[in-house]
Amino acid sequence: MWGRILNLVVKELQQLRRDRAAKFRLLIPTLVQLFIFGYAATFEVYNVATIVLDQDHSQESRELVARFAGSGRFQIVETANSAADVRRAIDHADAVVAIVIQAGFADDVRKGVSAPAQVIVDGTNSNTALIALSYVSRIVADYAQEMEQDLSRRTRAGARPPPTVTLESRPWYNVDFNSRWFFVPGVIATLTLIMIVNLTSFAVVREREVGTLEQIMVTPIRPLEFILGKTIPYFLVGLALVVVIAGVGTLWFQIPFRGNPLVLLLGTALYLLCVLGIGLLISTVCKTQQQAFATNFFVINPAFILSGFSFPIASMPDFMQWISTINPMTYYLVVIRGTFLKGVGLEVLWPQMLALAGLGIVLLASSVLRFRKSLD
Amino acid sequence: MTDAPSRPAVEVRGLTKRFGARTAVDSLGFACAAGEVFGFVGPDGAGKTTIMRLLAAVMPPDAGSIVIEGVDAVREPERVRSHVSYMPQRFGLYEDLTVDENIAFFAELFGIRRNDRDARAARLLAASGMTPFRKRRAGQLSGGMKQKLGLTCSLIHTPKVLLLDEPTAGVDPVSRRDFWRILYGLRGEGVAIVVATSYLDEAERCGRLGLMREGRMLYCDTPSALKALMPGEILAIAAPAPRAARDVVASLEGVGGAILMGDSVHVVVDGAARRLGAIEAALAAANVPFDEIERIAPSIEDLFVSLLTEKAE
Ligand SMILES: Nc1ncnc2c1ncn2[C@@H]1O[C@H](COP(=O)(O)OP(=O)(O)O)[C@@H](O)[C@H]1O
Ligand SMILES: [Mg+2]
Repeated sequence: MWGRILNLVVKELQQLRRDRAAKFRLLIPTLVQLFIFGYAATFEVYNVATIVLDQDHSQESRELVARFAGSGRFQIVETANSAADVRRAIDHADAVVAIVIQAGFADDVRKGVSAPAQVIVDGTNSNTALIALSYVSRIVADYAQEMEQDLSRRTRAGARPPPTVTLESRPWYNVDFNSRWFFVPGVIATLTLIMIVNLTSFAVVREREVGTLEQIMVTPIRPLEFILGKTIPYFLVGLALVVVIAGVGTLWFQIPFRGNPLVLLLGTALYLLCVLGIGLLISTVCKTQQQAFATNFFVINPAFILSGFSFPIASMPDFMQWISTINPMTYYLVVIRGTFLKGVGLEVLWPQMLALAGLGIVLLASSVLRFRKSLD
Repeated sequence: MTDAPSRPAVEVRGLTKRFGARTAVDSLGFACAAGEVFGFVGPDGAGKTTIMRLLAAVMPPDAGSIVIEGVDAVREPERVRSHVSYMPQRFGLYEDLTVDENIAFFAELFGIRRNDRDARAARLLAASGMTPFRKRRAGQLSGGMKQKLGLTCSLIHTPKVLLLDEPTAGVDPVSRRDFWRILYGLRGEGVAIVVATSYLDEAERCGRLGLMREGRMLYCDTPSALKALMPGEILAIAAPAPRAARDVVASLEGVGGAILMGDSVHVVVDGAARRLGAIEAALAAANVPFDEIERIAPSIEDLFVSLLTEKAE
């Protein structure tokens, strides 16, 4: 039995080595995804076009504007003379953010009363707007706090400054909300899904199409041996893929890896069971590689969206949330981000591991059963 | 293999397979002894491929029994497979693997030891003139060479029963001759060969023939016995416009059927001497030119047309 399986595995890897198209299918998406999620897909916002209307012309107002400019997040593209200028700049999309400092700002700051400053944001791109707004409030809050301390020092010279209580939101694990940290480990899950589902389903469907499947089935091989012979090579390819992406992520993109590699390995192995099951299942319902291609697309995309890779599951409708609970990628992402960024181990991740194991068993078992049927 | 085997290598009774409302194979019964070549002939859709797949236990029948080398193939398909080799209409080769790698792969699936495999592969490849191409990828072989490689892969485990589905379809004449030389060699070794074909010259090479139409075996006998069954006689009309000639004679009295054979028409008549005059007259009346008309011995093809059209009426 093992001789026959080994024979299949060797043949499969031999074919993969010679299949230029398959090598391209492996390499190109990996590079593209790493590149996109490492560099382009970012939650961070830099150099937001900003217009300033300073009606106070005081040192304090200039100081506030300088802080905006100095943060790197905002780029002052224009200094307005009137509210009409601001309106025009936002309407024409010359600026996304407008900072309006009204007359009397400095006086109010010096007196310690609430000082009037206004921020207008173009909400057309809600993502950028929200992110920009959060930077605005951070810069303003820092400024206000310093002013307050400064003020109290001056008014009560010699006395201890009054205890000021400020609420500081501090995101754990990813202090700067660095989206690269968030995305690049996630790419492991998406790429493995795409690659392994494609490779597995194509490998089986191709044999069906070319006629080698029928040929093999008239030899003494058993269906289970065939399935093992088909899945073991792609399990190995999947592991290699994870190692490569994790390597690039930590070495090139400087993503921290704080957890235990063995925990990630276990999660990866369980996830690969699920992914191989999906690929085999697809191969049992498709007669041609064309059909397999279309079916893969319809399976992979929802899996991608309903996984929490980029869209939070908690804000989805109930039905979508339910789907995400049977999506192996949901759990694997928790394992990946947990091991990379949080450094947690099995004591935290065991529910995800159990879920992956359960899904893997169900998917593989049903694909084996369906595969037997599809031979007739 | 001189001692006559007490039981045939393949024994089939009441074999029936339905696809939905269509009965692809209808209560088929036949037997094939060791060292015999049994041929199934019939037009497309007659059920030949279905028979082969049933015998190979690729799919289960709806009714009937198949016993191969004493093993019930319906109940124990896995056990039967080590005795049987099935070569489908299009042998599934791995086109990105070389000739040698394909052979090694199939040998391994049958658990053949390396030495046995190498010796046997060398002999089979030599017999089919494939030795110079052992390192070539299967995808770069010609159609005939692909079929011969398929046969080599099928024979690598010395099966007792060989099932061939239209093995020489689209194969050049030289490869075809190689192919049959190997088959005759196997027959000599006592292999039972069941072959489906739509080439009638190939059918003449078989020991016995089953004539299939719409899932039913209408006749089953040796080629010469079948020819003797032939009602009537054959007249060959050599004509520059054979199609027109056929149309003229087909409807004449006493004509059982007329088929095109190259640039002549073969006409089945109830009596050659009796109908010759009428045929000549009809052709002349219709202004269809012809060179000569002679009586010939029937080929399998004539027989086939005659028997099948007769049954249809
Ligand atoms: N897998 C199948 N599903 C449905 N119908 C089939 C299948 N295989 C064969 N048939 C039908 O059974 C009949 C016999 O086909 P086949 O055995 O391929 O004939 P042949 O090989 O003599 O051309 C045909 O009408 C064909 O359409
Ligand atoms: Mg056929």
